[in-house]
Amino acid sequence: MKASNPFWKDYLDGQMPPHLAAEIDAFESDLALRRQGKIDERVFAEIRLRRGVYGQRYDSGQRHDGRTTRTLAYPDGKPTKGPKTVWDAPGMQRIKIPFGGLNARQLEVIAELAEEYADGVAHVTTRQDFQLHFVHIDDTPTLMRRLAAVGITTREACGNTIRNVTACPLAGVCRDETFDVTPYARMTAYYLLGHPECQDFGRKFKIAFSGCKENPCALVRMHDMGFIAVVREIDGTLRRGFEVYVGGGLGTVPYQAKLFAEFLPVEELLPLAIAVARVYTKYGEKKNRNTARIKFLVNKLGIEEFKRLVEEERAGLAPDPRWEEMLRQIPAYQEAPLKDAGLVEITTPRPEGFELWYRRNVYRQRQFGYAAVTIALPLGDITADQLRRVADLARKYTRETVRTTVEQNLVLRWVSEADLPALYAELEAAQLAEPVAGSIADIVACPGTDTCKLGIASSRGLAAELRKRLVAQGVHEDGDVSNLHIKISGCFNSCGQHHVADIGFYGVSRNKNGYTVPHFQLLLGGQWEENAGAYGLAIGAIPAKRVPEALERITQRYLKERAFGESFGAFIKRIGKAECKKMIEDLMHVPPYEEDPSFYVDWSDARVFTIGDLGVGECAGELVSPIDFQLAACEREAFEAQLLLDAGQIERAAQAAYAAMMHGAQALLRFKLGSSPEEPEAVYQQFREHFYDTQLFFDPFAQGKFAHYYFAAHRRNGAAHDAESARQQIEEAQLFLEAAHSCYARMLSARAGK
Amino acid sequence: MLHEPEHINLKIFACEPAPRDLAGAILVFHRWIQESALDELLIDVADYRHLPAGPGVILVGFEANYSLDLAENRLGLLYNRKKPVPGPLAGKLRQAYEAAWSACRRLEAEPEFRGELRFHPHACEVIFNDRLLAPNTPETFEALRAELEAFFAGLLGSTDFKLERVGEPRERLRVRVAPQASALAPQPA
Repeated sequence: MKASNPFWKDYLDGQMPPHLAAEIDAFESDLALRRQGKIDERVFAEIRLRRGVYGQRYDSGQRHDGRTTRTLAYPDGKPTKGPKTVWDAPGMQRIKIPFGGLNARQLEVIAELAEEYADGVAHVTTRQDFQLHFVHIDDTPTLMRRLAAVGITTREACGNTIRNVTACPLAGVCRDETFDVTPYARMTAYYLLGHPECQDFGRKFKIAFSGCKENPCALVRMHDMGFIAVVREIDGTLRRGFEVYVGGGLGTVPYQAKLFAEFLPVEELLPLAIAVARVYTKYGEKKNRNTARIKFLVNKLGIEEFKRLVEEERAGLAPDPRWEEMLRQIPAYQEAPLKDAGLVEITTPRPEGFELWYRRNVYRQRQFGYAAVTIALPLGDITADQLRRVADLARKYTRETVRTTVEQNLVLRWVSEADLPALYAELEAAQLAEPVAGSIADIVACPGTDTCKLGIASSRGLAAELRKRLVAQGVHEDGDVSNLHIKISGCFNSCGQHHVADIGFYGVSRNKNGYTVPHFQLLLGGQWEENAGAYGLAIGAIPAKRVPEALERITQRYLKERAFGESFGAFIKRIGKAECKKMIEDLMHVPPYEEDPSFYVDWSDARVFTIGDLGVGECAGELVSPIDFQLAACEREAFEAQLLLDAGQIERAAQAAYAAMMHGAQALLRFKLGSSPEEPEAVYQQFREHFYDTQLFFDPFAQGKFAHYYFAAHRRNGAAHDAESARQQIEEAQLFLEAAHSCYARMLSARAGK
Repeated sequence: MLHEPEHINLKIFACEPAPRDLAGAILVFHRWIQESALDELLIDVADYRHLPAGPGVILVGFEANYSLDLAENRLGLLYNRKKPVPGPLAGKLRQAYEAAWSACRRLEAEPEFRGELRFHPHACEVIFNDRLLAPNTPETFEALRAELEAFFAGLLGSTDFKLERVGEPRERLRVRVAPQASALAPQPA
């Protein structure tokens, strides 16, 4: 696509590490072979994903423009770059940044790539990666070469691989940490990168490192494998090690990771990682990607059996000389300041706005006289010009010690406190000094419908709107609400980590008045602290345009009724989910289109959200199909299941969740066939025949996954549950009902088209 | 230079006072897609209004992107050519300018901007969006100067203007046209 592509390879010759250069050459050859039709599209899709070359919304070549679905007429004559993925359609390039560590030149190169191959913006992700959007696949080898020349690889940024290894951005400077996990995260990332034992997973695998248990920076307990730094005295000597967790993950149904080992000596870190990889490869699901994450394997086997298998593999591992080699390099890792330690003197002139920024965005390091400064990026976005400014400041005030964070921000470490007023002034000039870090306005959001193929609603549009309002109201500045966390996903897949927020949202749709209306499911009670210590549960779906009002209502109620010293989580727990739902119930109403069409358009969009060919004649708010009521009743059942679970009535909770699914299936059967059996086995059989075998219930991406939740619950009905399995069944019921809503919308759409 | 410069970007600046609220651009660009308003493949709209000096609102296309761009806190219509244009530089500049100016005229007429969005046809900047083909050096600027001067002389109908290389060396090569002050008075609609 770029005219300079053929020249870059020669230009960068000798500047790239040879192994990276060879890998990129091989990828370029794969592109050529795919163009010639010599590589199967599915195989090619996985090849490119393993290079971080990802699909993007509308790359099927179809787009609904608000009136009708239109074909995007890309030039003909090229093969696909994956199933239903047009070659010329813009895509996303993910750039892996192990533990989020970057230097100034790397920032500059990312800025250059954003300008020359993307849309001028670089996006920090919730896994400390960077992403560039609207990239043409033909440009990706050149882009990778330019990254390789500054020591960055995109290898295994996507696909069924070990994804970016994350770590606390304060590691090494944190006041609470046990020890600096940075060199261990780095060692693990590079040891496992391309490791032969990590190439045959059924799904992706995510690893995180945390320096302590209490703070949330690394969110260890929502990872496939997580490590928390601990020190233990053994034979009179203090030894470093890790508390190890496995089998956590968000996704559609979140799982808390299980404790695998209370103390793993650091010498065992790499061997254990390989042993776990072997078990995952051997026993993990490969055919059904919906149950292929390691959390399902750990859950199926139980932690003790999983542990036994891992220990068996570990015992059989031949020693790898790199284990010791890499460990020997650990003590050499250290960051150093550029300037002498200093303090902001009382007499030091402070620019306007400095005090609030200092309170919000500055963290005093454990090293006296130094601070880590957070640059809060709106929605994780930063322009190329701003990246260059950050690079300048990293050189001017530090030894280029920059990190990305899982909250989609940047951190400049080792700033002499004496330099803070000057640094603030320079950040302010670059419009990078918004004093919102870690506050309610520092909202995390996944790409959602902006660019993600799976997005249902505009998570970024909503996040931008909420951020704007919260900052304008000064809510982020002080008080108990200012420190709450909001996280938003565009769909149930949790890329925005909505489960671990005080207030979480994920995008869903509802059929209202003959239109499909963007909504967000509200989750309360998630815990960001203690490394993602608890997950929130759904309260109810709110029309997208009423979310700001709902947020204000919830936070005001908290401010008004909280007990002295009561946290938001404790408050929500005290008033109960039924009361929470009551608080927002009236906001769930959607006015007729004619009365307020804005409800039918998502944030940051201008298109009517619904499928346009449904027509206005059917809606107008007067005609409500019985299925609307039936599905609403099912949602109530699922909600009541949560209340039962909260009350400790585990079996009844699981039973209610199953009933919600079965009644949802009945509602669909009645809509399709005019009637439904009542006996559970007959409902199951008929639903399977009319909705599963025909694929009518299938989600375009998740396929039959949500039907399987119902089938599994049906098979299990009557069997004993524990709290965790009941909670999972409730989550699954909620997702089954979301899929039932979507299926209903598709059937309506098909009928209208007849 | 290795190759004739490609991927010309051209920003035509808005007249002051320029509107600060770009919400209308979302509606307008989606409508352009719906109505196939431009004779090229238009894909989607990207909203970057949350970035204070960012790309604003982008109409993403296959051959080129159009954006109401806020870089350096100065509003303008940025035409970002992505596909190469065959022929000499003069033709590439003309193509970029004509596409950009045509989009400006369309935007000026859109009701969402209530007549408040106006562009000055002669206040513009050329950005060479490829650091290898057009490195940001004094040498590259000098090598391109004659062609740029000829193009802008034709456009302005006068040689009474200055070309300035703006920005810093790490940026892409940017050349700003600085006509005489009298030429920058708002043009009749």
